[in-house]
Amino acid sequence: MDTKPEFKPGTFLYAGKASALETVGLANPRDWSPTDDDWKLPADWKGIVREGMAERLQRFRSFKLFMDICVRCGACADKCHFFIGSGDPKNMPVLRAELIRSIYRGEMKTAGKILGKLAGGRKLTEDVIKEWFYYFYQCTECRRCSVFCPYGIDTAEITIIAREILNLLGTNIDWIASPVANCFMTGNHLGLKPHTFKENIEYLLDDIEEYVGVKIEPSFNRKGAEILFVTPSGDVFAEPGIFTLMGYLMLFDHIGLDYTWSTYASEGGNFGFFTSHEMMKRLNAKMYAESKRLGVKWILGGECGHMWRVVHQYMDTLNGPADWLEQPINPLTGTRFENAASTKMVHITEFTADLIKNNKLKLDPSQNDHIIPTFHDSCNTSRGMGMLEEPRYVLNNVCNNFVDMAPQVIRENTFCCGSGSGLNAGEYLEMRFRGGLPRANAVKRVHEDHGVNMLSCVCAIDRAVFPALMDYWVPGVGVCGVSELVANALVMEGQGEREYNLRGEENPSYKPPAEDEASAEAGEEGEE
Amino acid sequence: MIGFLFSLVAVLVLVGIALVGVGGLGLKVLFGVIIPYAAVLTFFAGLVYRVVDWARSPVPFRIPTTCGQEKSLAWIKPNKIDNPCSTGAVVLRMIFEVLTFRSLFRNMKLDYREGPKIRYSSEKFLWLFALMFHYAFLVVILRHLRFFTEPIALWQQTLEHLDGFMEFNLASYAIGLPTIQLSGLVLLGGVTLLLVRRIIVPGVRYISLAADWFPLFLITFICLTGILARYVVRIDVVKVKEMAMGLATFHPVVPDGISVWFYIHLFLVCVLFAYFPFSKLMHMGGVFLSPTRNLVNNSRAVRHVNPWSYPVKTHSYQEYEDDFREEMVEAGLPVDKSLEEAAAEKAAKEAPAAPETQETEEKRED
Repeated sequence: MDTKPEFKPGTFLYAGKASALETVGLANPRDWSPTDDDWKLPADWKGIVREGMAERLQRFRSFKLFMDICVRCGACADKCHFFIGSGDPKNMPVLRAELIRSIYRGEMKTAGKILGKLAGGRKLTEDVIKEWFYYFYQCTECRRCSVFCPYGIDTAEITIIAREILNLLGTNIDWIASPVANCFMTGNHLGLKPHTFKENIEYLLDDIEEYVGVKIEPSFNRKGAEILFVTPSGDVFAEPGIFTLMGYLMLFDHIGLDYTWSTYASEGGNFGFFTSHEMMKRLNAKMYAESKRLGVKWILGGECGHMWRVVHQYMDTLNGPADWLEQPINPLTGTRFENAASTKMVHITEFTADLIKNNKLKLDPSQNDHIIPTFHDSCNTSRGMGMLEEPRYVLNNVCNNFVDMAPQVIRENTFCCGSGSGLNAGEYLEMRFRGGLPRANAVKRVHEDHGVNMLSCVCAIDRAVFPALMDYWVPGVGVCGVSELVANALVMEGQGEREYNLRGEENPSYKPPAEDEASAEAGEEGEE
Repeated sequence: MIGFLFSLVAVLVLVGIALVGVGGLGLKVLFGVIIPYAAVLTFFAGLVYRVVDWARSPVPFRIPTTCGQEKSLAWIKPNKIDNPCSTGAVVLRMIFEVLTFRSLFRNMKLDYREGPKIRYSSEKFLWLFALMFHYAFLVVILRHLRFFTEPIALWQQTLEHLDGFMEFNLASYAIGLPTIQLSGLVLLGGVTLLLVRRIIVPGVRYISLAADWFPLFLITFICLTGILARYVVRIDVVKVKEMAMGLATFHPVVPDGISVWFYIHLFLVCVLFAYFPFSKLMHMGGVFLSPTRNLVNNSRAVRHVNPWSYPVKTHSYQEYEDDFREEMVEAGLPVDKSLEEAAAEKAAKEAPAAPETQETEEKRED
């Protein structure tokens, strides 16, 4: 506990910019860096921390209980991807929690105040705050440890609250604070203004027209649509997320869905979740507000991890009840989504699985024959929701070669990408590669044993961070969203020759139409 | 290591206190009546206080850790225990958690290989030791109830009979030992294994605090003194029962002729009782309250209410449209207020400037 963290490049994140903090009214906006000696904490920072802790002990039974009941059995110790990848003992979930438990004992408990270290207590110093900053931004809130804890102690919960307290002092990171400010003002983390958001999607529509041969014309901010669709803005912006987004566009067109995009509720993700419960509520309010303004019946959500923990476990509590919405019914299959009766929000993968089960999609899985995909369960959709079968059902219907990784590393045992909860910043690459090692290691195994060449997922952060992680640990494995594979297999009405995939690459699984088969075969033989 | 030594010394000092107190100073009433009453009172009062204190903090969000398939589409089989979809399923999950240590059973161990390659294998020792320890402790406690009840109920006799099935061990007849009660030995074995594990596994040793060593040593010594009293010193059980019945009926008596070893055993048990509510041993009560285990995973189907929810400042669509109206119109996006309407409104508002700010502030309040 006495070893101080060293702020070496690659292992810490840049400080939150003053301008971002000011935009959303967060505490103590200032210019500072974690490498500074003086972190310019507020004058009464100790009082703020003590009060902040006391208030949260009263508000969260989870926090209070988790401060008290750990027996330090060590079951969680080797379950954390950051511990596995870094070997740093403070990355054992039990010790990560002890970083704050020791202050709880030393500052708030009689035994700890008197006996100090002997009772596991510590005094609050600036070094403690630096250590908290280092290690609570070195936890991705993935909840893997809580699966194995005999009392269900959830380090994510402790990290969430520790970050709330750090935010009271203005010690936060730019990769979270700036997206939060962007999302507040423009509706999405990337700060895409309404026209840019629309234009980006229009570019993708052009690509679909070019590679698939169908012209799709979705609507934006349209009042009276049946369904509002919200997805993480990462899908609008960067590869390979944009191919997933093309997948959504094609799927909705294929089934003739009456839906609209919104430039205002243009973000499914919620970096407010990584700031505080309050900020999560402030950012998430847009989805329901927009659904009311547009008068839709229900909301469909795109592929994202933490977005879905927020939507599933928090949204209704935070922003509900959304009385103006109706219980979601799939307009094509008539399926009533009983599990979303109150939030009125359905996951795209649940929706797609339902469509496939009811034979509403015309699919040609052989279009994906050159792809041997495995599936990465996102931390949040598996351990904070339990969506395990739906993506596998979809994958098995749109591909012929799906291979699962070992049971120890999938479903509720899944390993984090190593970059979740707002840690996917460029300056953090070393730690991200370390934290991503267990996941990469498992992919490597199926890559070597089964020739897996594609890591599919249902999470925008995964899509953003896995390409670099795979290139580093398992070269030769690509990354895609499940909806991209769905779109590859979709037989669109009036489509042209699918010689190219959505990425504009020649599709090795493309088979020329039947009438040309003879000549094509002759041509192939000729080549050989 | 300081915690390790401190705890060992602390327990030895406790043994010494009882030894001197009863053996040297003859404070039998203190050690046989006053301390036991105080300890039991502290135990129950402390237990209730701690649980009530936890329960006073609300559960603002529905945050079960889902360890299996959720209940979603009708044709997908949910995992009712690990992802409970009803109160009954939660009860089942808690029963498995509390009675079989289900989460601990999942435990696996990793080892690094060259490469770097990581392998995960099943690791059931912690689960096994914990199960041994807790069940043996339960049986020992239930068996000790025979000191406080008259007549002995059938279940107590049955339990003792089962626990003493090693009676076939003729050797113990031969040397005249009382029936060997398995639970005591298993308890000592379990606590020893847990102690040894904490010492030899480097990671676990690293995370251990005095608060982890102390109860282990305390329980080890309770076992040792208990076994010593029963099998070696052969304390006068009839007199002990007389004393126990006195305590139970609130007519305390302190019979003469009970060995000091009994008092040491009793004193350590009293310390354990009194220490319990203020220690990590409260995991016994805490496990039932854990929000990641005891909640139904139905937060999309049924709204969970946060008792301390408060309104927050958001950025409304109207404010957003005001920020970007021109760009939106240019990009062909529909707007709630046309450019002309917005301009007219702005002009009208700019004339009497004062009330405008207040109005937008109100709008911002969600």
